[in-house]
Amino acid sequence: MLNEKVICAGFGGQGVMLMGQLISYAGMIEGKEVSWLPSYGPEMRGGTANCAVMVSDKPIGSPVITDNATTAIIMNLPSLDKFETDVIADGNLLINSSLIEKKAAREDLKVYYVPANEIANDLGNLKTANMVMLGAYLELTKAVEIESVLSALKKTLGDAKAHLIDINREAIKKGAEAVRA
Amino acid sequence: MAKILMKGNEAIGAAAIKAGCKYFFGYPITPQNEVPEYMSRELPKNGGVFLQAESEVAAINMVYGASGCGARVMTSSSSPGIALKQEGITYIAGAELPCVIVNIVRGGPGLGGIQPAQSDYNQVTRGGGNGDYKLLVLAPANLQEMVDLMQEAFDAADYYRNPVMLVGDGMIGQMMEPVEFREIKTKYTLSEKTWATTGTKGQRPHNIINSLFLDPAQLEEHNHKLQKKYDDMKANEVRYESVGVEDADIVLVAYGTTSRIVRNAIATLKEEGIKAGIIRPISLWPFPMAAFDAIPETCKAIVSVEMSMGQMIDDIKIASNGRWAVDFYGRSGGMIPTPDGIVAKVKEIMGGVK
Repeated sequence: MLNEKVICAGFGGQGVMLMGQLISYAGMIEGKEVSWLPSYGPEMRGGTANCAVMVSDKPIGSPVITDNATTAIIMNLPSLDKFETDVIADGNLLINSSLIEKKAAREDLKVYYVPANEIANDLGNLKTANMVMLGAYLELTKAVEIESVLSALKKTLGDAKAHLIDINREAIKKGAEAVRA
Repeated sequence: MAKILMKGNEAIGAAAIKAGCKYFFGYPITPQNEVPEYMSRELPKNGGVFLQAESEVAAINMVYGASGCGARVMTSSSSPGIALKQEGITYIAGAELPCVIVNIVRGGPGLGGIQPAQSDYNQVTRGGGNGDYKLLVLAPANLQEMVDLMQEAFDAADYYRNPVMLVGDGMIGQMMEPVEFREIKTKYTLSEKTWATTGTKGQRPHNIINSLFLDPAQLEEHNHKLQKKYDDMKANEVRYESVGVEDADIVLVAYGTTSRIVRNAIATLKEEGIKAGIIRPISLWPFPMAAFDAIPETCKAIVSVEMSMGQMIDDIKIASNGRWAVDFYGRSGGMIPTPDGIVAKVKEIMGGVK
């Protein structure tokens, strides 16, 4: 049974909110129950940002993730410190190793180190680092289909930015490859 | 129509426009700012007027004026902003005018914080304004319900000629969920607003919008008329959801987003052999007193679960009328209750009974 509880966290500007929205949106396209809950506060560009995403076969009760995340996608060091403890035992911890040198402290998690910024840079657009991490997440959990995410992205970007779909598709692919056993 | 993934505050705006709202007057405050943002962009496209007033007091009095002219009008704010609007709200209630007020509650008292809270329960159900008046107060638990209730809110406001308040919190305002904007056919038969100040064109006597009655006998008569209306609301506007109450060991009472957390807790309790039911008031006023009659005598306790220091608990005690022990579990200041915290409280009350 599908019951994903995902924390996406990083600096403002890294696209962590979008990453979470795309998972929710893709889930909705596939007829699943979804929710997206952002952190909000007196925050600014460069500050920390995070969102809690749920994708489930059953109606979603509380949209809040406490210490029961099935996956945490961590884009910067402060977020690792903050959210590592919120993942369930045997859950996934995806760490953007381009920006985070520190290793995971817990030994009961499935930890994946993804050099997301480097991969994105090699693709020619650093801003796709979030999509690299998303690709890794999708490969590991198969929570939603990549095509659903791309459909969601098309709607989010709109016609003016439709030319960015290809590089995002590529970023998702590279992210998936990075965690493929 | 297909489902759309929308932020709660934007869904409020979209639902209001769909329900025929033509005027929005407001003043910014977190965590409801996406409501005016959405309205400023979308309302003019739909033949309406958005105006950011110089203060909450100005905004609610603009609502008063527009409503007096017969317009479908709304405002939105958050707790301290709603406190500022109370003078206007009691005037609007006193003058018997319809409007919709959205309160996306944040922590208090004072300026408090900006994270989710339910500490406006007393403010919205008792009235922060003066005099014997009541609002119809609706508290949805998810975005779909929020959207569906918006049509009800505008129609009920017109039907009763009374302000209707929709209460959410920062969580429901900020979160995204799929919503479907379906046609809502409400139960209200609405008649032409012959009382509105639309201009006499020399054809009829003036309509007067007023909440001042200097003759005590007249004012008392006016209060009896209002009371009759509130009695009608008590008879016809109670809304609630009740699950697993009939054979419950313990009943939890929660509204809005807190009810969703309570449901998670109830699922956990069930796994551990504790039968917990939930009463979820959708109308905070009128409070669903009769819902409590379904609770068995054997029920060990009723627990009010709130994001406040305990406000709804008073209504629960009135509804219980001494029949059951009434207990409380709450977080405040923007802290959100956890299912584990609720489960622990229930177990404490049950004394470890399985």
